[in-house]
Amino acid sequence: MSFFNKFFSKEKKEDLDKGLEKTKESFFGKLTKAVAGKTTVDDEVLDELENILITSDVGLDTTVKIIERIEARVARDKYLGTSELNEILRDEIVQLLAENNTTDLEDFTLPASLKPNVILVVGVNGVGKTTTIGKLAYQYKQRGMKVVMGAADTFRAAAVDQLKIWSERVGCDFYSKGMNTDPAAVAYETVQHALNNNCDVAIIDTAGRLHTKINLMKELSKIKRSVGKSLEGAPHEVLLVLDATTGQNAFEQARHFTDATEVSALALTKLDGTAKGGVAIGISDQFKVPIKYIGVGEAIDKLQVFNKRAFVDSLFEQ
Amino acid sequence: MFDSLSERLEGAFKTLKGESKLTDINIAQSVKEIRRALVGADVNYKIAKEFTDKVKEKALGQDNVLKSVKPGQLMIKIVNDELVELMGGTAADINLKGKPAVVLVAGLQGSGKTTFSGKLAYHLKNERKKSPLLVACDVYRPAAIDQLSVIGEQVKVPVYKEAENKNPVEIALKGIAHAQAHNHDVVIVDTAGRLSIDEEMMAEIANIKAAIQPNETLFVVDSMTGQDAVNTAEAFNERIDYDGVVLTKLDGDTRGGAALSIKYQVGKPIKFVSMGEKMNTLDVFHPDRMASRILGMGDIVSFVEMAERQFDEEQAKKLEKKIKKNKFDFNDFLEQIGQIRKMGDIKHLMNMIPGMSKMTKNLDIDNSAFNKVEAIIFSMTPQERANPELMNMSRKQRIADGCGHSIHEVNAFLKQFDQMRKMMHKMSKMPGMGMGGNASGGAAKRKSRRRRR
Repeated sequence: MSFFNKFFSKEKKEDLDKGLEKTKESFFGKLTKAVAGKTTVDDEVLDELENILITSDVGLDTTVKIIERIEARVARDKYLGTSELNEILRDEIVQLLAENNTTDLEDFTLPASLKPNVILVVGVNGVGKTTTIGKLAYQYKQRGMKVVMGAADTFRAAAVDQLKIWSERVGCDFYSKGMNTDPAAVAYETVQHALNNNCDVAIIDTAGRLHTKINLMKELSKIKRSVGKSLEGAPHEVLLVLDATTGQNAFEQARHFTDATEVSALALTKLDGTAKGGVAIGISDQFKVPIKYIGVGEAIDKLQVFNKRAFVDSLFEQ
Repeated sequence: MFDSLSERLEGAFKTLKGESKLTDINIAQSVKEIRRALVGADVNYKIAKEFTDKVKEKALGQDNVLKSVKPGQLMIKIVNDELVELMGGTAADINLKGKPAVVLVAGLQGSGKTTFSGKLAYHLKNERKKSPLLVACDVYRPAAIDQLSVIGEQVKVPVYKEAENKNPVEIALKGIAHAQAHNHDVVIVDTAGRLSIDEEMMAEIANIKAAIQPNETLFVVDSMTGQDAVNTAEAFNERIDYDGVVLTKLDGDTRGGAALSIKYQVGKPIKFVSMGEKMNTLDVFHPDRMASRILGMGDIVSFVEMAERQFDEEQAKKLEKKIKKNKFDFNDFLEQIGQIRKMGDIKHLMNMIPGMSKMTKNLDIDNSAFNKVEAIIFSMTPQERANPELMNMSRKQRIADGCGHSIHEVNAFLKQFDQMRKMMHKMSKMPGMGMGGNASGGAAKRKSRRRRR
């Protein structure tokens, strides 16, 4: 637990626990039910475990992987009591998550060598891109950084206004050319604004788009290119926002957005609902892209850096 | 949309290929595959199991009845019937009986409530000749009211809003009073997104419902939702006892398991499906058509209806005459492209045609496919556009230079155009095949049928 405490203040942990309460309840409750009245892990328990993982949106492939690991362990240890199942499952999931070799952030830090840091935020419609930007900007601002938000969602009705209100709440710079303007131009000029005004961070909002819309994905690639033209090496981060209530489609989204923009980090939102945090396990397993942030509530400070260990612990805590 | 589900189901049916009849063993095999396909498509695990149990039971019962039908086909039929049943049997309409009729729209954050409200307003106004009023009751999310206002402008439907009022119950009631005073016959109340576990917000939506007594309460759900869809749908149902479900973002590649689960679990029908960001992309939900789409059998009925929506009878008659006289020219062609564009995403359209979904799967096809053709036509003089016969070498060279495509490409297009023209002319002369007269007549008939529904 020392590891855990080091990275997680008590307060943050409470948020995470509270946010994940529903996930936990179902995950943990089901697991307890599955092993009730049994002493050894047999096929029936494994079947039940499979159901639990699948109904938590972990995904077929990752579920099969976890089940196979436990099967192997059962075969090796010959006798495996149900009382140990909890521990073992937790172990296996943590190990699985550690396999993609991504290190978790400790705090909302950015490489100091870069100025400005340019973050491009992408995702499908309604996942919470703009809200995540607001919360992220708030965290950077809290750490004394100068932030500018760029309103490159020039398509959805009132998207520019929505971001503007967030910038006012946070108290940071805001760059916009209005609605129905060229998003690539807005992105380009936001970076220019950051350069000219000595900003530490530029966060660019983009319009939500379904990953199957070829033209819109091309537009996104173009926005990214124009950011690169504005400042060499930018964007330094392409943040894909995923809705935790999304099912197996989250994998498709991650795949397509990565193809179009080389996504470098993920943010998982709406984890405070009855959402299954399970999708976080699946995505960490299937993608090399790390989950960096999780949204656990509607308030401005309810965004956290993602910590695998803490996440899994939280999932299993009674 | 349901591509991957239909693909996996196809795999399940393939296990029956070469079998001469359904047996205990091959049924068990293919049923297992079907269950996996459903779970992989986000269908709730429990429901998938019950569904396949039913399929199995039916398949076993059918064993020796229809010997002439291949087992694979028989299985498809059983699954199709069960899917239709699972999704609610027949299409369910919304209740617009009140004066004004009040429609309450509720759902999670980001599910697409506001966009749906706009589309519903458009649908009611243009297809049912109603005079709707939109009421903006999302007082929480930044700029939500502005968003509805902009959408209202787009669909030319007035929006009732109170920028300073933070009480959604009050706004909703005043909105309805406003509608009564201004002769609106439908009121659409857009509300804030809320999580089903947010006690305060759930109490608020229950209060809104109790205060305004809507004729129709609709629960909006993102079709990409995972296993949680059922829980959320149930939680909302407990609090607001909604009348129907709206599935949004169906134009993505979601496997749409939520669609299959909700009706089954909650017992409330899916009434609308929404796909795309254009305001005319709302469809009444038809379980039978959806089932055939899931099974990769296309959805030709929806395709025809969609075409009709954009169809202009006057224009069609004019076009028909032109074709008969072999006078179809580049201007007409441009118009046709415009019509197709208006119908929406071409890949989506093609997927509605039986057998097409497999062909378009890995195809990078979209509406920009027409860009080249348009560029070529735009580089022609008005005379050339009206008289395709005028083309000669120097004109072609000029067009090629003008549009930035090679002369080969221009030639290829002109050749295609010529063939198309000849074909159309031929078809127009064939009895019963005329694309002008009969098509418009058929459309008129279909239209009148729809009115009766």
